[in-house]
Parts: sequence; structure tokens; C-alpha cells
Amino acid sequence: MFSPRLFSLIGFIALWWIASQVAASRTLLPPPQAVLAFVGRECINGDLPRAFAATLSRVAVAFALAMTGGSLVGYAAGRSARINVWLDPWVVIALNLPVLVVIVLAYVWIGLNDVAAVLAVVVAKAPTVVVTVREGTRALDPGLAEMAAAFRLSRWRRLRFVVLPQLLPYLAAAGRGGLSITWKIVLVVELLGRPNGVGYALNLYFQNFDVTGILAYGLTFAGIMLLVEATILQPLERRASAWRSDV
Amino acid sequence: MFDLRIDRKVFVATNHTQRVVLRDIAFSIAPAEVIALLGPSGIGKSTTLRILLGLDDAFDGQVRRGAARTGVMFQEPRLLPWLTVAENLSLVVTDRMPKPDIAALLDRVRLPNAAGLYPRQLSLGMARRAALARALAVSPQVLVLDEPFASLDAHLAAVLADVVQRWAHDTGAAVVLATHDLAQALQLASRLLILAGPPATLAADVPVPAGSDAATRTALHAKLTSQFGFFSSGAPGTGGLPSAPSPD
Repeated sequence: MFSPRLFSLIGFIALWWIASQVAASRTLLPPPQAVLAFVGRECINGDLPRAFAATLSRVAVAFALAMTGGSLVGYAAGRSARINVWLDPWVVIALNLPVLVVIVLAYVWIGLNDVAAVLAVVVAKAPTVVVTVREGTRALDPGLAEMAAAFRLSRWRRLRFVVLPQLLPYLAAAGRGGLSITWKIVLVVELLGRPNGVGYALNLYFQNFDVTGILAYGLTFAGIMLLVEATILQPLERRASAWRSDV
Repeated sequence: MFDLRIDRKVFVATNHTQRVVLRDIAFSIAPAEVIALLGPSGIGKSTTLRILLGLDDAFDGQVRRGAARTGVMFQEPRLLPWLTVAENLSLVVTDRMPKPDIAALLDRVRLPNAAGLYPRQLSLGMARRAALARALAVSPQVLVLDEPFASLDAHLAAVLADVVQRWAHDTGAAVVLATHDLAQALQLASRLLILAGPPATLAADVPVPAGSDAATRTALHAKLTSQFGFFSSGAPGTGGLPSAPSPD
């Protein structure tokens, strides 16, 4: 009846409750019910939904741009050795550049606005997409490409039926890893220079040393991201690889 | 229909050494002709077919293909694993082509119940038959087959040979097939192009008289076997195709 996952979650909440009881002060570690009550109040007064709307829209735009741009560049680099030779040092630098540096520079150069915020996330995230899709493109089956050429398939049919299905596992991997990284970067971006969003709220509660507020926003956000993963990304991935297991 | 002239084809190895693999190979393909491209394994039959299909343009020479609809069967089935057999067949058919009867095509290659199956649910023999059906799905005016009957049992090979022969006869399509099996080629082809080397050159262009009887074919087989040592492994009767079963 009860899955191990549920037991594990209940165990976590129980441990949290016990820890809050033995903690030196309730303000240092509030019990679960206090955090839940806080979430309820913030929902009713509208602060929490507003912050989440701002953050999620940033995550969505940055994620879409990083995936699209990173996939296109990664595909080009995987197809052409010449493009890859030129691109590779840039990718290596971008991969090793601390995210914080990217964020700060974007704010300094572009200004404290949403364009800078989203761009910083894209620059921080896209290189991993480039690397993943580049590997996928290199692994494309030349025999299938030859078959498509021999039958003179249109560009669209080659892309849709020959290339994309082979790239899907790589795109899915880049997408799943990408979403969790994107939202973490967005929070830092907001914490450093936006007047709204979950990152801003976390900063505010940190200034006030309000652990209840930090836990309320942080855990709700993690919960929503898990929900997005379970209800959107995982089913998409399952559908894309249905032909592998369908007997 | 197709004109091919290969003056020279060079393979460059990974250590940058160059090796001439094909030299002075030229032939034309006329409608309704069934050409067997013969030669020992590894001589360059597949490379010649790839050049003919426009898949390899790194050679000295010229290929003129025109707009003839071309159906291709590679040595490996090369079906898309994420599409069913029927979807694999439909994929290669464009709006400008006559619409094929997929079920009838699958019947023809003896795969009547495979339309909804995925390639990984097929045996290699079944997948190769599906690949032949796909080649026929484009209503080809030229059918290019690379070792089409390898890894099939003798009975099935005969069935498919019969399918190919009937297609050429009924539609006037030209067929080019690469094979290393002389007996098989003699039963199917109207013309034999024999590659010898290396580097591979066109060593002989032998017409097979239409409707030639078994005795004529045996004589031709003996003559070619004595001329080209690499055929001696398969004598008529031991290799080649058994007579095709009558359609049921």
C-alpha cells in the first residue's frame, strides 16, 4: 500500500520535527507545521504566487533559449569538424567560468534588468547543452544518413524521422540536467539583482534571519520543480523512447 | 538511364597513405536491364554502387543519374528502429510518387503480418525482406541492390530473386545488384559486369542471352570460373539459387 518512497518522505519530515524540538531555538529550525502555515499565509496574501510567477517565467525563458541555442550550436559542432575546432576553446572556457562571474558581468555590462538576468542563465547553462548535443550528433548512424540520401528524403523528413529520434536521448538528458541547473542559477541571479522572484524573497528572509521564510520558499520551489520533472519531462522522455520497450 | 564512368577512386587511410581501389570502370544501364556486378569480397562492388547512387562523390570520373526513381537495398537492412515496418516503407514515398500498396508489397516479400512490427522484433532475414519492400515502395525505375540475398536461406533467396526478376519484367525497371555469387548472378541477370583487381577494373562485360537454358548457363559458368579464379568456390548446383517456387 505505502511505497518506500512515501515512507522515506515521512521519515524525513519526522526527523525534521524531532530536530526542531531539540534545536536551541525555534527561529533556528522551525517545525514542519510552522513552515506549512507560513506557506499558507503567503499564498493567501499573494506574495508567494507572485514570486513564483516571476521566477518560473525567467526559468522557462532561459531554459528554452539555452536548450534551443545550445542544441543548434552543438549540432553544428558535431557535424562540422571545422566549426568544432573554432568553438571548442569557447565551450571549455564557458564550462569552467564560475556562474557567479557570468552573473556579475552581465549585470555590470547590461544593467540590473531581466535581459541581463536571463542572458546570464543562458550563458551559464548553454555550454553543457552544446557538449551533450555535440556528442549525440557525433554518434548519429552514418548508415541511416546514407539510406536517407539514397532515397532522396527531403530535408524535413531527414531531420524529423532520421536525425531527431537519434538525438532525443541526448536532448532529454540535457533537458533534465538543464532544468535543475537553470532554476538554481535563476535563484542566484534574482538574489543578486532582481526586485522580485523567489531568489529575491530568499535574500529578504536571509537579511531578516527568518529561517521559516527561507524554508517555505526553498522547499516549495524544489517541490514545484520535482512536479515539473515528473509530470512533463519524464513522460516526454518515456514517449520518445517507447519504441525501445514496446514489444 | 544511368551512365557511370570512374577513372579513379582513391581511399585515404587514417595514416594518410593513399590506395587506388577502382580504376577505369565505365558502363551504362538501360531500362529493363538486370546487371550483376560481380567480383570477390572487398573488391569494391559496394563502393561502385555508392558512387552510382551519388553517396560518394570523391572520385575522378562522372555519374549521370537523371531523375529516375531509385529504390535501394543496402547490405544491412538500415530500417529506422523507431518506426514500424509499414512506417519505414511510407517514409521513403513522396507525394510525387505513385502511392504504393504497402500490404501488397509486404505480401510480395513474404512478410504478410509485419506491418505493425518494429525492426527489432524482426529476424535479420525478415528485416532484409522489409528493406527490399522499402526499395520497391518508391515504384523504382532503377533498383540498386547490394548483396541482396546474403544471409538468407536458399528458399527465401529464391523467393526474393523471383520478386526482383518479376519487378524488372513487369515494370521495365533496371536492376543493378552486387554479388559475389556467380551462379546466383547467372540465374538473375541479363548482363554480368565482372570486377577484378586490386585495384578493381572492369575485367569483363558479359551478356547473358535471354531465356538461356541451364546448359548454356553451366557452360558460361565454367568459362568464367576458369577465366577468373575467385569464382571457383561456388559451382552451379552447389551455390546460386534453387528454382523459384511457383507463386501460391
